[in-house]
Amino acid sequence: MLASVGHPFVLALPVVVLAMFLWIARRERRLGLVQGPGYFQRNGVPIGLFLLIAVLAWAVFMIVLPQLFMIELSFRPKLPPSQTFGPRDVYSLQNYHYFLYGSPTSSANWNTVHLRAFWQTIVASIVVTFANFALCYPLAFYMAQVAGAARVRFLLLLLITPYWVNEILRAFAFRVMFASSGLINKLLLAGGLVAEPIDFLGLDVGMYAGLGYAYMLLMVFPLYNAIEAMPKAQIEAARDLGAPWWHIHLFVVMPFARPGIASGCTLVFMLTAGALAAPLVLGGPRSLWFTPIVYDRFYQAFHWPQGSAYALILLLTCIAFVLAVMRIGKLSLVEITR
Amino acid sequence: MTADVELEAVTVRFGTFTAVENASLKIEGGEFFSFLGPSGCGKTTILRTISGFIEPSSGQVRIGGRDMRGIGANKRPTALIFQSLALFPMMTVAENVAYGLRVRGASKSARMKKAEELLNLVALGDQGGKKVDELSGGQRQRVAIARALAVEPQVLLLDEPLSALDLKLRQHMRNELRAIQRRVGITFIYITHDQGEALTMSDRIAVMNAGRIEQIGDGRSVYTAPRTAFVAGFVGENNAMRGKVASVGEGFAVVETPLGAFRGTNPLGLTAGAPAVLFVRPEALHIGSTENACTAATTEVAYEGNLTHVGLRADDGSHLLVLLGGGETRSAPPIGARVGLGFDAADAIVLPPG
Repeated sequence: MLASVGHPFVLALPVVVLAMFLWIARRERRLGLVQGPGYFQRNGVPIGLFLLIAVLAWAVFMIVLPQLFMIELSFRPKLPPSQTFGPRDVYSLQNYHYFLYGSPTSSANWNTVHLRAFWQTIVASIVVTFANFALCYPLAFYMAQVAGAARVRFLLLLLITPYWVNEILRAFAFRVMFASSGLINKLLLAGGLVAEPIDFLGLDVGMYAGLGYAYMLLMVFPLYNAIEAMPKAQIEAARDLGAPWWHIHLFVVMPFARPGIASGCTLVFMLTAGALAAPLVLGGPRSLWFTPIVYDRFYQAFHWPQGSAYALILLLTCIAFVLAVMRIGKLSLVEITR
Repeated sequence: MTADVELEAVTVRFGTFTAVENASLKIEGGEFFSFLGPSGCGKTTILRTISGFIEPSSGQVRIGGRDMRGIGANKRPTALIFQSLALFPMMTVAENVAYGLRVRGASKSARMKKAEELLNLVALGDQGGKKVDELSGGQRQRVAIARALAVEPQVLLLDEPLSALDLKLRQHMRNELRAIQRRVGITFIYITHDQGEALTMSDRIAVMNAGRIEQIGDGRSVYTAPRTAFVAGFVGENNAMRGKVASVGEGFAVVETPLGAFRGTNPLGLTAGAPAVLFVRPEALHIGSTENACTAATTEVAYEGNLTHVGLRADDGSHLLVLLGGGETRSAPPIGARVGLGFDAADAIVLPPG
């Protein structure tokens, strides 16, 4: 199908969906399923209009349309501007084909470089997420159940302040720390622990540390909220019934905090898989994170359709992964977002 | 199996605040023992000290003759029922009951069998598969009891477990608790600020105030023979008349008060000239009696069916309470009437002020 035909449909899609919602709403009122004063009667016309326009503009222009256009773009070929919407601008799966085989048409060889980077990104994101959880759970538990109010405020301040610094600057700070002549190597050398500086950046240690740190807050806060809601008496009850500390954490606190754990892990996993700054700044020469590849599709190869396809693949894989984990953990989206 | 609990000179301090001061007592195995006192008197601290959540600052806790120093809450032969019950919301009723056994590594089938047995004991046999929040308050209460009993404690500690229930259920649960205690035969240590609970359920009661144990005895002796002004005032209603001992006789003392001189028993042997408070129970104060008489004006009549509370204002402005029971209720004076009041000296008790 020609893009010149399909493109207007994409633009029209949100309008059609909105019209459908409106029609359903009117039908429910006509059938008496919804009663009482209507939206404008409840809020007044000026406020009602403002809310409607503000929310719609935000949702449609900031969220829905960009995503829709990206999806649409991912099916189109790379063409010079003069040929856009021309006869050669037709929808096809060639960008996705390229991701798998490294060529728009041939299926002879696998696109091992990109596939491996993709696979590595997913696995590494899972590892980073787990590491993050292992690090943040004790901290969150300490803040939520053990520490006094003043200590909690102090810890929160310590946690939040570094995030006032730009993400890229923070990544550079890690670079300074982990570099061959950086702080950690200097300390190791001075302490006589190593004879030669360790290439932390080349070994991707810096990148994983940076990735882990980048989204720590998004792990700590959901965990903290969930654990804080737990009455202390439940922990004491478990203890009174004879439970050792690990049993209490594993079978009482963690099940109680499950929505918070799922929420934190989901956020961290999604953001880590899509992280750009840390892999760009801290990635070693051999590391291949998927997001810089996506970035390169856009700004090095100037192949926006292919970049879109790559971004979409990453997005869908992450969503599928998270949904699968939630299904296994018997969690609903409602629980996570609580 | 049951065990006795001994406290020897137990003192618990939090910083500069002394929550429990020099508490010594022995609770016999199989006894239903209550700590009764107003909130903040240190009774919960005593319970948490026995259960192992608090180490005493000095003194010794012995359970079954064994010193409990350094033995954590998870290693003591006690089980605690929390005021909030602290049931695990993410587990089913049966899983809650079986948690203690799961900790001990019992097999799943053994756990579920025991849980079923205990749920039958508390009359919840068919509720095992439900979530905790699907149960009513009284049912949750019984789940908490079953969960605590599952670990076969030698001593069961109960921290005001009935306070969240409504009146009817509370009265029902009192009988239930007592019945369960007789069935399992272990020591129950019960914390409450509700004297009705303490009096109806306990074999013995320790009345506490401001970190100290004021008196230990069975319900009858605590009610009829209080040994401190606090106990006399806290357990049941009491009319207090302050004054000074004017003279003493054989087991009696005459107290000079603003309302006149009254005779009452003198169990502590107060001597003439000592400041004293004379306590008379509302049911011992009779309208129209001439012995130990004074006059007062009726200010309030509260009719409760089987009883009538009559509030009066004495001549010196103090409040007096008379309880009319049974057939007397028809003879309640009208509001505003001046009446004569009196009591038998044997029903009054003279104690030093608290």
